[in-house]
Amino acid sequence: MNVIHSTGFTDAVVARGLTKSFGATQVLAGIDLTVPTGSLLALLGPNGSGKTTTVRILTTLLAPDGGTAVVGGCDVTRDGVAVRRMIGLTSQQATVDDLLTGRENLELFAGLYHLGRRQARRRAQDLLERFDLAAAANRRVVTYSGGMRRRLDLAASMVSAPRILFLDEPTTGLDPRSRAELWSVIRELVAAGTTILLTTQYLEEADQLADRVVVINRGRVVADDSPAALKRQVGSERLILRLSRAEDMPRARSALGEGGTHPGAGEREITLAVQGPDHLRRTLDLLHRAGVAVEHVELCAPTLDDVFFELTAVAA
Amino acid sequence: MSAALTAAGDLRRLVVRNLRRELRIPDSLIVNTALPVIIMVLFVYVFGGAITTGSSGLAYIDFVVPAVLLMSGGYGAALTAVNIADDMTAGMIDRLRTLPIGGWTVPAGHVIASVVRNVTACGFALLAAVVLGFRPDAGLTDWALVLAVVTGYVLAMSSLAALWGLLVRSAQAAGAFSFVVLFLPYLSDGVVPAETMPDVLRDFAANQPITPIVATLRSLLLNQPMGSSGAVTAAWLAGTVLVSVPIAALLFRRRTSG
Repeated sequence: MNVIHSTGFTDAVVARGLTKSFGATQVLAGIDLTVPTGSLLALLGPNGSGKTTTVRILTTLLAPDGGTAVVGGCDVTRDGVAVRRMIGLTSQQATVDDLLTGRENLELFAGLYHLGRRQARRRAQDLLERFDLAAAANRRVVTYSGGMRRRLDLAASMVSAPRILFLDEPTTGLDPRSRAELWSVIRELVAAGTTILLTTQYLEEADQLADRVVVINRGRVVADDSPAALKRQVGSERLILRLSRAEDMPRARSALGEGGTHPGAGEREITLAVQGPDHLRRTLDLLHRAGVAVEHVELCAPTLDDVFFELTAVAA
Repeated sequence: MSAALTAAGDLRRLVVRNLRRELRIPDSLIVNTALPVIIMVLFVYVFGGAITTGSSGLAYIDFVVPAVLLMSGGYGAALTAVNIADDMTAGMIDRLRTLPIGGWTVPAGHVIASVVRNVTACGFALLAAVVLGFRPDAGLTDWALVLAVVTGYVLAMSSLAALWGLLVRSAQAAGAFSFVVLFLPYLSDGVVPAETMPDVLRDFAANQPITPIVATLRSLLLNQPMGSSGAVTAAWLAGTVLVSVPIAALLFRRRTSG
């Protein structure tokens, strides 16, 4: 087991021009992405953007209509068996057996990876400890919480000690604490040298975990960059001002120039982009001179949310 | 050779997994243990007194045992459809497919597990029959043949159920197969003599597979002449398996490729 084919390629996953249609619906319209070995790439996109389809193609579960995908140096369509030996997959749906215990699940998968009986037992025990499931090892999975189930899913994907791991929305539906726990497990895996491709709709998740983010929308890549660079792309920081009086709003907007301002969440809020501290001071001066009283000032760094909405709005 | 051994090992693991599941689902456990006994008691004590066995001249318990055996094994075998549909619609199939195992071992594991538990269920039914007064007159060869026929029937029904489970898109729809399997024995010569039925049903009964299978089991268990029913039975069972296995394999391939 652990058949590791020739080493030396620097990219664990290379996809070029992947297309896929289901009937008349085109789901992927040419996806290019590259995951360097040992890094974590987040595939970010809204529901229905093609994330899961991309993962299913890369994990040999689905054949692409066009394009090529090479995973761990092997072509997914021509050499699916070799690809499967190198990868682990945690898909959106639970992929463990509810009626078996956590340990039985892991031992079953270890056996199906053709580990010897004793080795399978040891592997299962190791993984149960590593994913903090040792106490629940002999309980049936039905009794697990959502977070425990995801951890078991992840453990099941690690049975073969894969070099490349695909996680399809691993934290969807988890409470914040379970999500944070899963994030730390994912970070440990990357630190140990595993290459990970993770899909998510959570911008924060991509920001937290990824070395690189590929944003897709309607089956097309709309951005491919580091989280920091994507944020720079949106540019400036965002200033949120809350006025003391709602009736000052028109005066405030004309003082600041209508073009650059946007109404904020509340009726007394204005948001605008600012470039640096000088700009911030000038803005507040302008309001002061116009006799507008400001109750609250907040400066926000651009988030991936901003990137995301900007990019997907353009693409739509 | 080593590939065959590996596949056999995978199959064994999947069969163990499926049997473990069955033992943990109360419904399945009841279907495989209590139901055969209940059906036997029901037919012998509740219906038995009211039904005459016509020209066969048999005591009702002797008449009905083969049909009850087929009901006991068949109903559980039909559940194979539900088990497969469950695996196919849940994420489990994705996990199994990313493993380095032959895809066919997944439905095959279900069919083999079904044969194991449902032939056992037939054993319970037979035991109940003996307790209720059934006295078979069969030699060792006859018993071996009885086992072969029952196993063949459960295998055929499980394969057909596997086909159905792969055809439909939900576990609920898969459950519909049970009704067919449950009702077929009633429209045969197994529960009441077909000679008492109206023409249309009698023709149906004479030409459907349950009737020759029941006749074969009767002749083996009661040491009666078999006639052509043995050959007809073998043809039906082999035919069903030979037709449904490749179709099921094809459906499985289609369901699991994009």
